[in-house]
Amino acid sequence: MGSPAVRFEGVTLEYGARRIWSDLSLDVPPGAFVAILGPNGSGKTSLLRAILGLVIPSSGRILVQGRSPHRGDPDIGYVPQHSSFDADLPFRGRDLVQLGVDGHRWGIGWPDPTRKARVDRAVASVDADAYADAPIGRLSGGEQQRLRIAQALVGDPRILLCDEPLANLDLRYQQTITALIAGWRERTGGTVLFVTHDVNPVLGVVDQVLFVVNGRWAAGKPDEVLTSERMSALYGSHVDVVRVHGRIVVVGESTESGFNIEEPHHVPVPLEPH
Amino acid sequence: MDQLVALLGYEFVQNAIAAGTVIAIVSGVVSRFVVARNMSFAVHALGELGFTGAAGFILLRLSPVLGLLAGTAVTAVFIGALGVRARGRDVVVGVVMAFGLGLGVLFITLYKGYANQAFAILFGTITGVSRADVVLLLAIGVVTLVSLAAIYRPLTFATVDPEVAEARGVPVGALAVAFLLIMAAAVAEAIQVVGVLLILTLLITPGAAAECLTPRPGLAIIYSVAIALFCILGGILLSLITNAPVSVFVTSLSFGCYLLARFVVGPRRRDIRATSRPAESSAGTTVAEAH
Repeated sequence: MGSPAVRFEGVTLEYGARRIWSDLSLDVPPGAFVAILGPNGSGKTSLLRAILGLVIPSSGRILVQGRSPHRGDPDIGYVPQHSSFDADLPFRGRDLVQLGVDGHRWGIGWPDPTRKARVDRAVASVDADAYADAPIGRLSGGEQQRLRIAQALVGDPRILLCDEPLANLDLRYQQTITALIAGWRERTGGTVLFVTHDVNPVLGVVDQVLFVVNGRWAAGKPDEVLTSERMSALYGSHVDVVRVHGRIVVVGESTESGFNIEEPHHVPVPLEPH
Repeated sequence: MDQLVALLGYEFVQNAIAAGTVIAIVSGVVSRFVVARNMSFAVHALGELGFTGAAGFILLRLSPVLGLLAGTAVTAVFIGALGVRARGRDVVVGVVMAFGLGLGVLFITLYKGYANQAFAILFGTITGVSRADVVLLLAIGVVTLVSLAAIYRPLTFATVDPEVAEARGVPVGALAVAFLLIMAAAVAEAIQVVGVLLILTLLITPGAAAECLTPRPGLAIIYSVAIALFCILGGILLSLITNAPVSVFVTSLSFGCYLLARFVVGPRRRDIRATSRPAESSAGTTVAEAH
């Protein structure tokens, strides 16, 4: 274990007057699988963008492998939040993966056997050979997600940032995508930062969770953080964390503002301060 | 046929074919990006303000071709400076276009005996281009294509996958402005053939038809150029035979190509249709309700 893969030192992030999170200090050791949890709008995506060097913290500092974050860091692979492609776009899955090899370089990028071999290997590593030549906009969400992971990994990164990679996927595909990412970490010793609103699909592979709510945060092993005491403190209201059939369920009191009791395994919506 | 061969001996016909070829290549390539980036309205605005530029230059007794280029380039800079993000871009385009067209009206009123040239810019003048115009169009075309080649990969990245492109260090905003300038040059060129009012027939239709024919991005550009060449050269020849304006034929041919590509050729290409494996696609698209 050398220096941390990612280190937050008293980091505060603000958009205008709005404070996203404050005084975040955390070391992510190399090879760790960290789940970043929290309700919508709690700044999970901003955290990834800060590591990518796309947003600058208002105070504190972030170190990525001992250096300040900089845009285009080849050691970081990025799987963005689900965005759809136009169905008629003449662009194939393998073209998307190829962007991960040299899409950032100038010039036309004429066909090149070495690059093609790399793309082929990446496509095969996510079992996407069957549809890599079809238009990307016609593929299902799960198929697109596999290709996105191939795109992020084709550049042999050391750190993989995933933003809600399981959103809009059914249970089977959630398991497949989780297994792909966990498998990559096993093989390469890479570090994974994984934003998700539901910890359960990744519970088996996660070493650490970082839970962000209303600018406050808690980090540690899932069993330490995902407890009724820690969650109640974080939300500032009574919250129960229960374990049912090996799944963790975070539920809040039923109030007028309404916790999401229809989908109790999802984290509750934070109470608005009255 | 003999009549056609005889026509090809005329210098004005040779000029039209040379200029048309250059313009077709530029329009075909640029239209792929216009379609992929969804910038039809910006093309329209560049065309109309190209008219303002040309009208201004004619008033000052300068080259209308350079006036077109000046008009489109200034517009591109304005649109780029005021808003390059997709959201709100159409509003900015509309605001800039309205003001620019107002200036165009002013220039028309100031210039006496202007009607002919105004008509030419609005509907195209390809059979009236001089040797010097051809050289100028070739120069603009070469600069446009070389610039586009230089930014081809990152522009593709920024167009298809902007979030990851930004994360990989691609200057997404600067590329948007650079592409507006490339569009400005392409619009100034295409106006020579079909005029301001029909500009979309060269800067949208070939690219839109091509994407029905292949899922490969490089091949789509080649098809787009081929369609633009067919429409422009076919249009010039038909116009020579019939004496009707070139624009009429170019717009008809390009519309025909689009319908053919979209409804006849495209649907027959198996690699374009969804290559669905029922198990995979049904699993992936359904929003998880099970848990």
